[in-house]
Amino acid sequence: MTDEATTTSGAQAGTPVLRLSGITKRFGPLVANNAISFALGRGEVVALLGENGAGKTTLMNILFGHYVADEGTVEVFGDRLPPGDPHAALEAGIGMVHQHFTLADNMTVLENIALGTQPVWSLRLDRGRARARIAELSADFGLAVDPGRLVSALSVGERQRVEILKALYRDARILILDEPTAVLTPAETEALFATLRMLVAKGLSIIFISHKLNEVMAVSDRVLVLRGGRLAGERATAGTTRQELAALMVGREVAPPQPAPVEPGAVLARLSGVSLRSDAGRLDDVTLDLRGGEIVGLAGVSGNGQAALAALLAGMVAPASGSLEIGGRPVTSWTPRAALAAGVGRIPENRHAVGTIGDMSVAENVISERYRDARFSSRGFLDWSAARGFAQSIVDAYDVKCPSPDARIRLLSGGNMQKLILGRALDPDPSLILANQPTRGLDVGAVSYVHERLLEARGRGAAILLISEDLDEILTLSDRIVVMSRGRLSAPSARGERSVAELGELMAGHGLDAGERGHAA
Amino acid sequence: MMEAFDILLTASFWVAAIRIASPLIFATMGELICERAGVLNLGIEGIMVAGAFAGWVTVYAGGDLWFGVLVAALAGAAFGLLHATLTVPLGLSQHVVGIGITLLATSLTYFTYRIVLPEVTSPPKIEAFQPLPIPVLSDIPVVGPALFAQTPLTYLAFVVVALTAWILYRTPLGLAVRAAGENPAAVEAQGISVAVIRIGAVMAGSALMAIGGAFLTMSAFNSFFFEMINGRGWICIALVVFGSWRPGKALLGAILFAAFDAYQIRLQQLTGGAIPYQIFLMMPYVLSILALILVARRATYPKALMIPYQKGER
Amino acid sequence: MRLEPKPSPTMVETLAYPAGAVLVTVLFASLLVLAAGASPFSVIYLVAKGAAGSQFALVETLTRATPLIFTGLAVAVAFRAKLWNIGAEAQLYIGAVMTIVLGTGALPLPAPILIPLIMIAAMAAGALLLLGPAALKVRFGVDEVVTTLLLNFIVLLFVSLLLEGPLKDPMGLGWPQTKKVIAEAQLPRLIQGKRLHFGFVIALAAAAATWVIMKKTVFGYEMRAVGHNPEAARFAGMPVNRILMKTALLSGGLAALAGFSEVAGLKGNLTLDLSPGYGYTGIVVAMLALLNPLGVVIAAIFVAGIFVGADAMSRAAGVPSYIADVMVATALLTMVVAVMLTRFRVRWR
Repeated sequence: MTDEATTTSGAQAGTPVLRLSGITKRFGPLVANNAISFALGRGEVVALLGENGAGKTTLMNILFGHYVADEGTVEVFGDRLPPGDPHAALEAGIGMVHQHFTLADNMTVLENIALGTQPVWSLRLDRGRARARIAELSADFGLAVDPGRLVSALSVGERQRVEILKALYRDARILILDEPTAVLTPAETEALFATLRMLVAKGLSIIFISHKLNEVMAVSDRVLVLRGGRLAGERATAGTTRQELAALMVGREVAPPQPAPVEPGAVLARLSGVSLRSDAGRLDDVTLDLRGGEIVGLAGVSGNGQAALAALLAGMVAPASGSLEIGGRPVTSWTPRAALAAGVGRIPENRHAVGTIGDMSVAENVISERYRDARFSSRGFLDWSAARGFAQSIVDAYDVKCPSPDARIRLLSGGNMQKLILGRALDPDPSLILANQPTRGLDVGAVSYVHERLLEARGRGAAILLISEDLDEILTLSDRIVVMSRGRLSAPSARGERSVAELGELMAGHGLDAGERGHAA
Repeated sequence: MMEAFDILLTASFWVAAIRIASPLIFATMGELICERAGVLNLGIEGIMVAGAFAGWVTVYAGGDLWFGVLVAALAGAAFGLLHATLTVPLGLSQHVVGIGITLLATSLTYFTYRIVLPEVTSPPKIEAFQPLPIPVLSDIPVVGPALFAQTPLTYLAFVVVALTAWILYRTPLGLAVRAAGENPAAVEAQGISVAVIRIGAVMAGSALMAIGGAFLTMSAFNSFFFEMINGRGWICIALVVFGSWRPGKALLGAILFAAFDAYQIRLQQLTGGAIPYQIFLMMPYVLSILALILVARRATYPKALMIPYQKGER
Repeated sequence: MRLEPKPSPTMVETLAYPAGAVLVTVLFASLLVLAAGASPFSVIYLVAKGAAGSQFALVETLTRATPLIFTGLAVAVAFRAKLWNIGAEAQLYIGAVMTIVLGTGALPLPAPILIPLIMIAAMAAGALLLLGPAALKVRFGVDEVVTTLLLNFIVLLFVSLLLEGPLKDPMGLGWPQTKKVIAEAQLPRLIQGKRLHFGFVIALAAAAATWVIMKKTVFGYEMRAVGHNPEAARFAGMPVNRILMKTALLSGGLAALAGFSEVAGLKGNLTLDLSPGYGYTGIVVAMLALLNPLGVVIAAIFVAGIFVGADAMSRAAGVPSYIADVMVATALLTMVVAVMLTRFRVRWR
């Protein structure tokens, strides 16, 4: 198997440019990668498909030298790659486009690309040479970007181009893209795919990491499916189907929840012409009704104002103009506390940074929104036994795996943490629920658990705003769908009314002119 | 009133201003380098104390002046290494470690002083750096004496500013330092170790702080006193913020600040005790706080300042 | 090398790492003692004897611990909320100034009324002094580390101004010092003829009260939440800025009590050497106590013991008493490492 074809060009077709053998990586008791082996051929696009937490990113971090595998080896063009050394990986011709861009905002495109390409002790950064090289690569691969601009001034799509240029600048022969489309509009995604095809045509090999089946089908030659840290299957893209891949990825036939139709109730929240600017983004003249017994799904490419809308409903920001009515009454002094008092249950986007306080206990975390209530405190003193009791009741009711209410919440898995947040948000029976990326990063079991609970709340008559970057989740759960782009909201469409392509158009910002926007009254 | 203004026109005033600025320039550049790499170094005050003593005692023991400067720098770098070991790979609180380094460096210095000079009442003097007028240039009125008739260590301070600016903005190393303070993941993704860059920056920065301290004992004065740093380190931290983390602006800030300090000393003499001298002595500290308030709104901190980084973390 | 959080540390780990920190500190100090030409063993013996070897030594240690308990509590409270109050020194002096202003005859009241009144005034002054930096942090994002540090110098100069001006003792032979407080404003001695005074009891009470606040009250819970994760606290509906301001008031007030207790209990008057850096040492005390208010009492007595013992040792063995400062600073650094090791596992790959 290990043939001696070690010329750096990796000449013969069929010779693997990259080979991983028996990679195993453990984090404490968790086995993130379990004996994974595969090879990548020259000019091949291999998709690494798997759910969140399946071990894709860990594997790539090992390949790139951020982590050191506990077992196994990586060979590039037949040479063994020294572990734990990103520099060696770069030298060997591996380029990585990370999910979260690794660019320094305070520097120019040129500086970001040139970073680390010259010996550190050089007396002068050779800008002229770098500029010429970037211009050449830009022209060759159709990656237009001005090298003199500050990264902070670039759009998301441009930043991704810079990331790819960084790899090409270093003569990468193998390009790894980690969830590259998560932040792109459908049109930008198409442009990215075109670039990838051009790269492959020039002899590069590509590993494309994703959990989105349609993209994997569109771009790859071969699909590797990871599940629970193991290689669950390998298929030629041409010879497989979405259904088969989905089953491999999840490990069983997934029956998506079938929400029974519910007669929508009264309007529980109404946004009329709301505009605002905040750290979370901006909203531009947003109008939306949320009715009891209804899930409204908010789709959109991340960073288009969804976070601002979430912040608004959570009470973190108030409308700069326009009005927000909760339960028929316009809100006045709008704070998180006011939102809680008005019966808004909130599931924040980032459960680690915002949803929980990692170094505090489970009990301390579950009362964080309600500690002033008479059941938890009186005259300034907290009732810890009541807090523990409440924590235990959530642990029992939501099937949370945790040693005790006194355990630090940081030690819980993402799924268990999310269940606690869910338990906190759904107590006591909110009339309006903000679910912002409620299943991101969870395993299948936890995902369906969260979905069931949200549907239950809908059945009880709660109004739910579901914000998700996962279009499938939106399509499955939502009674109505709205799309956000650049702070503006589309008119709502009923379940099945708009095709995925139409939604994609809206996500890209087409058809969101003032005339198009409906006012769902 | 006119007299108060005339002070500004005298050469001796500007000579004093530049002399007062010199240690601040060294230490401010040192802190700036640390912070640009993402590490707040609150050890600055103690490192200046240690540098002041290390340089002075080397010369006192018979060493050459420049050798004294080197020893001071090495002492600073050693404390920098300790700081960086605790804050970079171990990721400990930069506030707590910085204060700890200041306490340690200060107390170790005083302890060593007492060992070296057990029973002295007035500290011995050394032959300090002497002014080295640069021919022709030093003859220009006011500017000449202020800028071109200082000690070699003052000239070095200006060289350090130019060097810092050159390295930060014109060399691959500077790119790595600035990126480490903004987004360390960008540094690691390009195959450079964030830890090495940060540790190196803290060591180099601490060495400069120590030279700033040594300036006081080897150029401004010629002996070592307890309490002689007297908050200068903290003022430098304010100067870094005031200078928006840019060497040129920080230099300007240091000179402005020193000018003000020199001015208040002269004003104090002019008012002849009508205003308590403590009011004048307070001015530098009050001014630093005011400067911080002034720039706080538009200050753009290096984004990764005070945020520890672990490999593979994004 | 990477750090991985580990589940709750075992009892052995919680004890072993801090013990290791103390050991490293002692070893380092021993090296310095050797450098000074003395025997580490005899020095350790002399320090221990000087700190706790006699009734006199013990009383002296507890007396020295009293201001450290107050400043240690002040720092512990503030650091819990990640409010970096490095200005306990200034707050201490302001508390002392208030004690002099009200306690030297301005208010002719009986002791049971006068003393509580002075305490409240001192606390208010210290609280207000820290309120400024806290407000600047909350309003403008000005780093409170630098402002509180700089305020130390400003306040000390202010005190110097008072000592040479309005508060100068006319009978003081020209020394910059104030008049003594009147008898009604003095704290009683705990033991007849010894320096230990009622301030120690107040310090213990303050530690107990602070413990209750931190562990049992809504305010303490809010403080901890804001300290651990201000973003999550804000999302949960906690008034983060107001909590920080309240924390500043409590912290500044506690530090000011140190000044009150030193003047009213021990010195009687105010001079510029009232505090040999109790405010800064309070940081070490708080960190050694892992920010636990009851631990502060123990840590303060331990640190005070080192200082008192080192003074005695210095006279006997000729090793500079600055060895105590070195040990305290070293203990701070080794202790933060020890705490980290109890919570994280270091993996070398």
